[in-house]
Amino acid sequence: MKALFRHRELQLVAVILVMVGLIALRFPTFVAPASLGNVFNDTSILIILALGQMTVILTKCVDLSTAATLALCGMVAAMLNNLYPDLPVLLLVLVAILTGALLGAINGLMVWRLDMPPIVVTLGTMTIYRGIIFLISGGKWINAHEMTDSFKAVPRADIAGIPVLSWLALLVIAVMAVGLRRLRTGRAFYAVGGNPHAAVYTGIDVGYTRFLSFVISGALSGLAGYLWIARYAVAYVDIALGFELDVVAACVIGGVSIAGGIGTVYGAVLGALFLGTIKNALPVINISPFWQLAISGSVIILAVAFNARAERRKGRVILKKAEVSA
Amino acid sequence: MSAPSTRGETRLVPDRLQGRAERLLKSWEALLLAVAIAIFALNVWSSPYFLDPWNLSDATFNFTEKGLIAFALALVIVSGEIDLSVAAILALSSTLMGLAMSHGAGTPEIVAIGLLTGLACGAINGMLVSGLGLPSIVVTIGTMSLFRGIAFIILGDKAFTGYPVDFAWFGQGYVWWVFSFELLLFVVAAILFAVLLHATSFGRMVYAIGNNAVAAQFSGIRVERVKFLLFLLSGLMSGLAAVCLTSRLGSTRPSIATGWELEAVTMAVLGGINILGGSGRIGGVVLAALIMGMVTFGFGLLNVPGIVMSIFVGLLLILVIALPKLIGRLGRAKRKA
Repeated sequence: MKALFRHRELQLVAVILVMVGLIALRFPTFVAPASLGNVFNDTSILIILALGQMTVILTKCVDLSTAATLALCGMVAAMLNNLYPDLPVLLLVLVAILTGALLGAINGLMVWRLDMPPIVVTLGTMTIYRGIIFLISGGKWINAHEMTDSFKAVPRADIAGIPVLSWLALLVIAVMAVGLRRLRTGRAFYAVGGNPHAAVYTGIDVGYTRFLSFVISGALSGLAGYLWIARYAVAYVDIALGFELDVVAACVIGGVSIAGGIGTVYGAVLGALFLGTIKNALPVINISPFWQLAISGSVIILAVAFNARAERRKGRVILKKAEVSA
Repeated sequence: MSAPSTRGETRLVPDRLQGRAERLLKSWEALLLAVAIAIFALNVWSSPYFLDPWNLSDATFNFTEKGLIAFALALVIVSGEIDLSVAAILALSSTLMGLAMSHGAGTPEIVAIGLLTGLACGAINGMLVSGLGLPSIVVTIGTMSLFRGIAFIILGDKAFTGYPVDFAWFGQGYVWWVFSFELLLFVVAAILFAVLLHATSFGRMVYAIGNNAVAAQFSGIRVERVKFLLFLLSGLMSGLAAVCLTSRLGSTRPSIATGWELEAVTMAVLGGINILGGSGRIGGVVLAALIMGMVTFGFGLLNVPGIVMSIFVGLLLILVIALPKLIGRLGRAKRKA
């Protein structure tokens, strides 16, 4: 039992269940299946972004440009939809994903080829990408009536009683879970973050692996960009401003170590769901949404303190006898 | 004469050391000075309004407050840490000053509360980083949300206005002719920080920690205490910047100074502070502050919108780090050929 609770994922599940249970005591409607499904659906975009971010963090990097990438890709898709309403939606989704991958590749190339610290690179591209949205849109909004109905309908469309948005999140979870566990490239992300020097000796190209992680993060941000714009049916410069903090928070809460090499897909998903539950519960229990920022901040700090403790315990005593005699 | 290095390249030992003058000319600061002069000239050439003394005086407000933050941040970065919460500390300080004002506090109390809030926030960062040994980048991302979040909880979508008339002096007052109080503060802070970093044993400790924290620990430096003090200093300077900015604007919104952490980091890095810690000088940060202030002001005179300026800041941040690496690589390739 004790060993079971040492798992980060199970601890998180327990915390989320307790939280939901406490809310349900006062507001039973919150735990209705439809309402819980809604929480997952609301958190889908955060989950998709968190899984991209996790790949980057696994390699000892960080991507602060995710929210800006999301907004830029969403704007590109929305403008194309506005200018050429006849283009099929699937093509627009592809364009958004590829644009995201390209933006991620720019980040990745600077980290890989120029050996620049990822935090500086992505702090810089964060403002540049957002600035580009202003340049291409002229600061104008694209409102619901300027988008085609089919463009807006996709995330809401129903398959087997579950919206496409949720299905996409489930798909990304499944692909990432299998990919990070089973694929050689997936294992490389862990190896690079766990010990870059050792990774080199096992034949892994550290720089290239980091580059790949940024491309994945960018591509997922691109997908999330389309979903965000289509779901909320509006595109403007400041969309998802500051959302990168939520994404990093979801990872840290989910037990992904900022020092790289540690973290699971399920942890990151649970971390995102934890934040999503809080976000959805605040209006239900009648707390002003202005509390949200401070709550996520405190949770980040608590989570990172918690992570540090969990990771420290992993140290092994190699010279047991010497330790005892000393 | 060559000594084999671990990377397999041969390292040449020069016949003679660089002279003092040569070293100065080749330094990062010399390059910055040249850029600053070029931008000044470009501004004079592109706008007839630039050279007016009062206009120039107005231009200094573009960098004084950010510069105050950047000095302390530079020290934090030299020690190998980072503080991304500076702008959020500013917002919280400003909000608490507004709260005190709305409860009838006078100017001295308001200023004291601004500075103390900064100190308290810095102490929280410092305790989390040096006390618990947590990575400063995540901690300050967390406290960035927390501090600004508290400002949002207090203010919501409202604003504090109606600060006392004499409080306005900190941000709007002039010491002599066109020289503002903020400019004086900037100069004094620059001198104090330059002395602290370059002429005291504390400054040497900061460099030692940034270069090799473990070695510093073994050589008897109390690494954790120095780091704690640096975060405290960073908080205090953010509080000071909050006093200046709040007084200059005469109002507080929770979104005050959004994105300033980026500009402060850019200022430090542009000034030649190594983002990985261990090297950099305050003189460079002063020049970087001047450059960024002049560019912002020049763009403003040319009616360039703010968000385009932020693209420029982002590009600057990346280019400043990328260019030396690219040039170094080209130089190596040439030597090999």
